[in-house]
Amino acid sequence: MVAISKIATGNGHGEDSPYFDGWKAYETNPFHPIDRPDGVIQMGLAENQLCFNFIKKWVMEHPEASLCSAEGVNKFKETALFQDYHGMPEFREAVAKFMGKVRGGRVKFDPDRIVMSGGATGAHEMVAFCLADPGEAFLVPTPYYPGFDRDLSWRTGVELVPVVCESSNNFKITRAALEAAYEKAKEANLRVKGLLITNPSNPLGTILDQDTLKGIVKFINEKNIHLIGDEIYAATVFMEPEFVSISEIIEEVECNRDLIHIVYSLSKDMGFPGFRVGIVYSYNDAVVSCARKMSSFGLVSSQTQHLIAKMLSDDDFVDRFIVESKEHLLKRHKYFTLSLSQVGIGSLKSNAGLFIWMDLRKLLKEKTFDAEMDLWRVIINEVKLNVSPGSSFHCDEPGWFRVCFANMDDNTMEVALLRITTFMHKHNEAMVPRKLCRRASLKLSLSRRRDDFMSPNMMSPHSPIPQSPLIRART
Amino acid sequence: MVIEIEKPSSVRLSKVAISKTHGEDSPYFAGWKAYDENPYDEVHNQSGVIQMGLAENQVSFDLLEKYLEEHHEASSWGKGAPGFRENALFQDYHGLKSFRQAMANFMEQIRGGKVKFDPDRIVLTAGATAANELLTFILADPGDALLVPTPYYPGFDRDLRWRTGVKIVPIHCNSSNNFQITPQALEAAYQSAESMDLKVRGILITNPSNPLGSAIQSSILNDILDFAVHKNIHLVSDEIYSGSTFSPSEFVSIAEILRNRNYKDAERVHIVYSLSKDLGLPGFRVGTIYSYNDDVVTTARRMSSFTLISSQTQHLLACMLSNHEFTQNYIKTNRERLNKRYDMIIQGLKKAGIECLKGNAGLFCWMNLSPLLNEPTRQGELELWNIILNQVKLNISPGSSCHCSEPGWFRVCFANMSEQTLRVALQRIHKFMEQRKVCSVNR
Repeated sequence: MVAISKIATGNGHGEDSPYFDGWKAYETNPFHPIDRPDGVIQMGLAENQLCFNFIKKWVMEHPEASLCSAEGVNKFKETALFQDYHGMPEFREAVAKFMGKVRGGRVKFDPDRIVMSGGATGAHEMVAFCLADPGEAFLVPTPYYPGFDRDLSWRTGVELVPVVCESSNNFKITRAALEAAYEKAKEANLRVKGLLITNPSNPLGTILDQDTLKGIVKFINEKNIHLIGDEIYAATVFMEPEFVSISEIIEEVECNRDLIHIVYSLSKDMGFPGFRVGIVYSYNDAVVSCARKMSSFGLVSSQTQHLIAKMLSDDDFVDRFIVESKEHLLKRHKYFTLSLSQVGIGSLKSNAGLFIWMDLRKLLKEKTFDAEMDLWRVIINEVKLNVSPGSSFHCDEPGWFRVCFANMDDNTMEVALLRITTFMHKHNEAMVPRKLCRRASLKLSLSRRRDDFMSPNMMSPHSPIPQSPLIRART
Repeated sequence: MVIEIEKPSSVRLSKVAISKTHGEDSPYFAGWKAYDENPYDEVHNQSGVIQMGLAENQVSFDLLEKYLEEHHEASSWGKGAPGFRENALFQDYHGLKSFRQAMANFMEQIRGGKVKFDPDRIVLTAGATAANELLTFILADPGDALLVPTPYYPGFDRDLRWRTGVKIVPIHCNSSNNFQITPQALEAAYQSAESMDLKVRGILITNPSNPLGSAIQSSILNDILDFAVHKNIHLVSDEIYSGSTFSPSEFVSIAEILRNRNYKDAERVHIVYSLSKDLGLPGFRVGTIYSYNDDVVTTARRMSSFTLISSQTQHLLACMLSNHEFTQNYIKTNRERLNKRYDMIIQGLKKAGIECLKGNAGLFCWMNLSPLLNEPTRQGELELWNIILNQVKLNISPGSSCHCSEPGWFRVCFANMSEQTLRVALQRIHKFMEQRKVCSVNR
């Protein structure tokens, strides 16, 4: 038997987490309003599906954005040949402009600092390779996206040290927490090279306020470590307070810009995870240069660069998209959180993201992660919703769950809410006043045509951590 | 108000970031600079540098364009864009099944139907660049070694070594036997690695070879596989030029060798493929790993998360490559045109008094200019290369950048330009050789 590498045989890929039981349940019995009305509803998938009609309309009205149409085929050859790792200038300009618009025009981005990568997944790994040696460490505030364990560590050998944030102060990133993490790393003989923040936060759905951001910038300058700002949810901020980017803060406070790097992507803001458009934006020239060379391992398809360049340089479309997207997200978020509160379920107050951070602490039999797993299994197997347990996000307190709300149509949302309501009634019958039970009489409208539903057969069955072993290609 | 501060010493980047293993300081890339600054254009810049250092296939684009004009369903997602959302959301690292099926069929067709490929063993990556790096991460640990026959594609220095920390130990081949890989050379390389305390994890061959432009004979493939079995190491066969052989009978894939052995020893064999050369689509970033080892397939699939192929591109190519009439015609026509181009350049060089290695594949020829060297050294080769670049104004690739152990060989690409441009290039070479003859006669 010929051996393979340690990286290959280890479990740095992250797929051994019990987290994937939820996926199994969904895979074996996915919800469909007509074919499988009792199936599991996927709420563990942070996708943005609310604006597709708007985008489709643009695509149909702009055949020149496709290389295959009569209007676009004259660009086919030069695009197909274009493999320059600088990326198409029009693509970089369009993305830079988009990033600026998403931040309300308060900052400008330089197209020459934009480096491509294989999605944000590829971007994070690339940044880790550029900034840290194997055995060195990044600090990451908890709770954080489970994929980071793979993206930042698997092939790079970089260690992650959690910055523990607590519900007692709404998971704020405090100076004390940062210092504690830094000290912990030191005690473990780990050299800290950087701090990675996700803003807006996954899984919290919150944004960092100015003071926190300024405090973070001060901290990294004092320690002389890098700051990586994952801002892939920047355009999903649907409500006040307004999003503040790292790029804005460094204009206002003293900062060594060589320490500042932003990871971006179109997977969440535009809902294009399949197109693999990842971006590394660094204020450090050496990092830009190095990352650009490394991007050879994960360039964006020139066909896709061409489409995105056309789409995002259409100012009218972009301006309207940003507004539309926020409106849809706000509406969905409001309805979802209100419905949950009416049956006694709270969530962390949030104004961004494609999910909520649901508080089920009071439903736990005991304040342990085992109890959280027990409750989670009940939610999957009885309530038939795939939600994500807080422990998989390294949350230090049991009882929190991330629940995605933007990856389904209105009807599926109603079904999900009905199930939650029914569950809560069963669980706490005495506590629910009669007048709120009108939620229980929601009717599913079956008069819609089949095509209107986003059936699982049309939805791609993939996890927010796309490496789930339980995913089968369906097309 | 922004206060200007004195920049403190910047925090060090990683060793990988600082190292030169990205390989861009080699003359292979320096020639590009000369081209970028003064590129030849048939109309606007007839005295510019002609790019002959870029292994692109531009001879068959009309076939692709014709297909697209006739098949709009491959396009943006057809009328009403019904598949747009589904496509934009699809990020499953297994890849579109229809695309994998189409790739498997295409690879079978290229091999004349002599072997079958299982679509479920196909792992998709953004280009062969990513595929080769990914395989290296899976097959070897940092500090281990891969054996690679020389001369080899300069990009391997980056792809196999840079972020992986794996080393390359060359299998030296030379012109005495047309640069064929011998069992002695394999053993010598292995011993060399051992003497440096390096653990050899595998061999990586490119078949057809870049830069040689020739396919590896089946007897040699058998020797290489036997060697891998004997040493219990992996064998990676980079077959990205398999569709660019001038005649279908010339190429034997490692897959056929395995089939002949009833797939015994298959679990150590992995094939890399791409559409960048055969289909001329380097911009689309379509690479694949085909492994006969289940663990490698599973792990490679997981790792491909860092480098997935755009679903938009998968969709387009699934449509195109599922059309058997199109692919049959394309493969046949592409071969014929490359053959014609090859004949043209060989004849032209011969007329100028230049010999090349006998080739039967690829987008380039392996030209022998050793008689022209001032001294039979790498320095002599680079001096000659400089003259060709700056006086003859042709960007060709010096053999030393391909780690060739014999100075004087150059890789010359012929498929990335029009026939007219190739004629101009040949005229320049002819003139250059004439001038040298005159000079030597007058001494």
